[in-house]
Amino acid sequence: MTTEVGSETEVKKDSEQLGPDKAKDNPEEASETPENQKSRETSSEEAQDSSSVPAPTSQSSPSSQKEEKASPESKGISRFLPPWLKKQKSYTLAEPKDETKKRTTGEQQVVEESECQAPDRVAQPQKSLEEAAAENQHNAKADDKEEKHSVSSAETQPAKEDGKEMEVEKVAKEKEEKQTEKEKRETKEVQTAEIKPESIPQKSPKKIKTVQCKVMLLDGTEYSCDLEKRAKGQVLFDKVCEHLNLLEKDYFGLLFYENSDQKNWLDSSKEIKRQIRSLPWIFTFNVKFYPPDPSQLTEDITRYFLCLQLRQDIASGRLPCSFVTHALLGSYTLQAELGDHDPEEHRSDYISEFQFAPNQTQEMEEKVAELHKTHRGLTPAQADSQFLENAKRLSMYGVDLHHAKDSEGVDIMLGVCANGLLIYKDRLRINRFAWPKILKISYKRSNFYIKVRPAELEQFESTIGFKLPNHRAAKRLWKVCVEHHTFFRLVSPEQPPKAKFLTLGSKFRYSGRTQAQTRQASNLIDRPAPYFERTSSKRVSRSLDGAPMGISDQSLLRDFPATGGQAAGDKIIDIEAAGQAKLREGGREEDGSPVKTPQLELTQDGKDLDKTQDDLLKHQASISELKRNFMESTPEPRPNEWEKRRITPLSLQTQGVCHCRQLSVCVSIQPSEGPCTGVSDADKSSHETLDIVEEKKQAEVGIEETLVVDETNKGKMQVATDAGETCKVEHLSKKDSSSLPSDSSSSSSSSESEDEEVGEYQPHHRGIEEHVETTPEGSKLNVPVEHTQVTAEDFVQENAVTIATEEKNLSEEIKQDLGEEKEEEQLKLNGDVSHVDIDVAPQIICCSEPPVVKTEMVTISDATQRTEISTKEVPIVQTETKTITYESPQFDGSAGGNAGVLLSAQTITSESISTTTTTHITKMVKGGVSETRIEKRIVITGDADIDHDEALAQAIKEAKEQHPDMSVTRVVVHKETELAEEDEE
Amino acid sequence: MAGLGGGSAAFGRCTHAVVRALPESLCRQALRRAPGPEVDFARAEREHQLYVGVLRGKLGLQVLELPADESLPDCAFVEDAAVVCEETALVTRPGAPSRRKEVEAMKRVLESLNLNIVEMIDENATLDGGDVLFTGREFFVGLSRRTNQRGAEILADTFKDYAVSTVPVHDALHLKSFCSMAGPNLIAIGSSEAAQKALKTMQQMSDHRYDKLTVPDDAAANCIYLNIPSKGHVLLHRAPEEYPESAKVFEKLKDHMLIPIANTELDKVDGSLTCCSVLINKTSEL
Repeated sequence: MTTEVGSETEVKKDSEQLGPDKAKDNPEEASETPENQKSRETSSEEAQDSSSVPAPTSQSSPSSQKEEKASPESKGISRFLPPWLKKQKSYTLAEPKDETKKRTTGEQQVVEESECQAPDRVAQPQKSLEEAAAENQHNAKADDKEEKHSVSSAETQPAKEDGKEMEVEKVAKEKEEKQTEKEKRETKEVQTAEIKPESIPQKSPKKIKTVQCKVMLLDGTEYSCDLEKRAKGQVLFDKVCEHLNLLEKDYFGLLFYENSDQKNWLDSSKEIKRQIRSLPWIFTFNVKFYPPDPSQLTEDITRYFLCLQLRQDIASGRLPCSFVTHALLGSYTLQAELGDHDPEEHRSDYISEFQFAPNQTQEMEEKVAELHKTHRGLTPAQADSQFLENAKRLSMYGVDLHHAKDSEGVDIMLGVCANGLLIYKDRLRINRFAWPKILKISYKRSNFYIKVRPAELEQFESTIGFKLPNHRAAKRLWKVCVEHHTFFRLVSPEQPPKAKFLTLGSKFRYSGRTQAQTRQASNLIDRPAPYFERTSSKRVSRSLDGAPMGISDQSLLRDFPATGGQAAGDKIIDIEAAGQAKLREGGREEDGSPVKTPQLELTQDGKDLDKTQDDLLKHQASISELKRNFMESTPEPRPNEWEKRRITPLSLQTQGVCHCRQLSVCVSIQPSEGPCTGVSDADKSSHETLDIVEEKKQAEVGIEETLVVDETNKGKMQVATDAGETCKVEHLSKKDSSSLPSDSSSSSSSSESEDEEVGEYQPHHRGIEEHVETTPEGSKLNVPVEHTQVTAEDFVQENAVTIATEEKNLSEEIKQDLGEEKEEEQLKLNGDVSHVDIDVAPQIICCSEPPVVKTEMVTISDATQRTEISTKEVPIVQTETKTITYESPQFDGSAGGNAGVLLSAQTITSESISTTTTTHITKMVKGGVSETRIEKRIVITGDADIDHDEALAQAIKEAKEQHPDMSVTRVVVHKETELAEEDEE
Repeated sequence: MAGLGGGSAAFGRCTHAVVRALPESLCRQALRRAPGPEVDFARAEREHQLYVGVLRGKLGLQVLELPADESLPDCAFVEDAAVVCEETALVTRPGAPSRRKEVEAMKRVLESLNLNIVEMIDENATLDGGDVLFTGREFFVGLSRRTNQRGAEILADTFKDYAVSTVPVHDALHLKSFCSMAGPNLIAIGSSEAAQKALKTMQQMSDHRYDKLTVPDDAAANCIYLNIPSKGHVLLHRAPEEYPESAKVFEKLKDHMLIPIANTELDKVDGSLTCCSVLINKTSEL
């Protein structure tokens, strides 16, 4: 169906974007496609067959059926959900069979839970993707797409994986950039609307709409033109450069502002409309890469524009300088623009029309005038050169500052420059990381990480994390780092990861020319020095914010015949076209791209080892606390958050969340592998979708022979890998009560509202979640952890923070819990393999097969659940949380005693309560010894009138019934009670 | 108009020096990190006079000598009272409360030189000039018992053109107790663990790559580099009688005019060569 090959990626993007929306909004559509469901089932069955765990398999198939059945019910039920949100009790049942683990049980359980959750998390994103894919199929747009999806699910081929990443990244980026913020708050309808237009062009791309662009130039003039609506950034940039008669344009870029103060660079390789949301397309032409040695620029006109930029920077205070320097630079400005000082013409006040400094004094002007007299004879070009020679020595020359906090919460500034990353506290430089010293940069939610090469006497790399105001800020910083590193350190730009399939995380790479390339190109410039007229800097300087608005006196720059064709042509790197997957051997460094002087691994979402380590550290810290408070921060809630967010994929936050999940999963994986391998995979995997995770797994799988097909399995798989054993993870989701679907719906709805709130807490949540997830691996992971110990301290602190915030989170968690349930269900449904039975039977979703991934993704949208989800929004303000843990003394699997004890302790009463039970069965085979654990998460939501004990007992009972051959070794009860309630609806 | 430091070519240029006579109270009351032999005041004065003589006579600097103040036993160590870079002078707030009043006389003399004076008024800030290493490209500020973060911040605010990096200083009085500039791009550094650690920090923090001159003795690593138009590179370093091994290292600097100066007495109260002067490069006589 695909009209164009190139469009495929777009389609996918759309599909992804749509995916969530559709899930909510268009459940019917999804349901309508029985084929998809069938395919899912088949896939799930296959997976089950492959899975070595017999028991779960049997269960799984029925569960899937049940899920399908249940989904319709969920709609009706969802209506009742709001009240449940108010008070919740979540019980977690975990049965660790190892006796030795008594102490560790808590951790293990956590781990187990995390594992279980991790898959869920993963599953959701996949869901959306799958759904999207399904939709695509419906539309019969492209079979190719399906194939891709299937491939992605299969995880077998690294090349394909790469491709996935690329696409996913694109999608994710686009989503984030374009949709995120708006979408968060906007209703689904809006989102869908957005989506549709995108999808439409693919089908009928012929409509050409033009949009007017305004570009504020450095001299204060304004350039405007009409662009095709779908034009890429490069088109506009080339037009502007042509207008300016600028050939050495790689140092420059177009900025647009969002929220007035957040400046973003227009990505040349992407469509403008996907980057800028507000309709007046207004950009400012700015220097993007400040050449460390401006004298090496080829043309005076280039230096002139650099001067204009620096004058703005100085006058605005962005580039601080001393009084003397202000005066000196100002005097060169005068010389360049006015020529020699003329006592006749230049009276005392001629200077005051210029602005040289943020706080310009009479004294300074006098000094400027005095110095101006000494420059007699300098041509404008010479004066500019002198200006630059002095300006380049300023310590903040070319340093792009970003607000952040260090691990201790202290306000710092991160400065990105040609040489690396500078850390400032107040005005003091407190650290510096040269590019060669940085192994990897990544971001995850609002955290930004750098992985630093070990110092001389150190053995291990360390990862340093910084906290940025928000996810977007973290991503912005990350992108700036990627670009600066590439531009200044690499010979040629790294090719963006090629995505044939959906990939998580941003595929973003700097696509322009590097400094080395632009210098080469500049050497070829063969034209007489272009004539240009220097504008009076007063105009420019008066506008401090770098966006000289309203200064349109003169358009001094005149158009000259554009010689610049060459430059323009070279720059554009068509990612899509280029996109052949490069197989990275061993799946290690993504960056395997051509130019790698310094190998920098750029990871967006930080699945990287670093993060992993960080996470691990955090986890450790958190674990200890968890032991104390046992599960106050229950793993459950965390997944819930994720789930919720995922459910509402529309919002940026949601996306971010998704990433996080994935990240966490990845984290666990990597540790197992060991830092080296993990890094490579991780790096690339900035996920925003589940697929990425898969990819990573795949890579890992290849290495270790572990096979994780299912998205859900990832986390589990990782664990297994750590052990060096094959692990089979099975996802069982049971829903005891029909009400479950409703829960999910409610949770989802709540998620939207929560998103914003969550935003603040996300990091904490993450930490917790990560803790949970990583913990399981903990023992195995130890090595990596040790490595990261340096960072550990920081993380520990973070952990503490998280704890503090837990209470707040609880409310969210509650919602999340609901969401989790939903998600789980959905995930499973969507998830390639299994359908979750709402009714009773648990399905075993995943089957990990050691070497080869075989699963195919079938996208099924549970229309019903999602739709419901969207409808309800329940904000919860405060909650009380109680965590109770029951442990059974017996380790062995024999069900009777332990379970009996537990059950007996609690009364079993009615069935009315809406309870969702999720069971994850993880089977680990170690050296021939197999362990089967079943973790069930039961979320009981309801008002005070619900007897939670009864519900719990019921749940336990059911669990036992389902698994007669197993014993209940541990029950963790996580109770959250809302203190204050907000209107649910 | 060297402009913005004028690059490395102008580093070490100097026209004026501010010194201060030794008060007799120095012998018994001067602050010292560890008890030790008593200062021979007469000898201390001779050494100091030699020091001033070199600056004035041999190097042709205009030396402004402040009178001693008996109530300020450490007043001879003028370096701690002010940081002067180009046309701007930061009058510090010394970390030792007993030394706070030393800055008054310093401020007056700097004003007489028509420098842009910035005073460190913040009561939370402390900074000793001995913790400030200016390399010609950037500042390093030792965070020691005498200098704190706030003091460093104010210094950074004062000299906006330059990067100001902080360096933790342990086991030494000041940052410059074990290092100094021995040339335009050359850092003299002691061999102690503390010195080497600080050097490593500085190397990491800097965008520039400095050469280093490692000397066996920390105290000997404190030397004075000057770029005198008629004489070229000039280095005042501790005498071979004091630190023979370190002196041998300095003697390998073929391009430098080496002037050994004994500083045995003030050394007993933690005084080093750079401590006893504030060097100023007045490019314009106004």
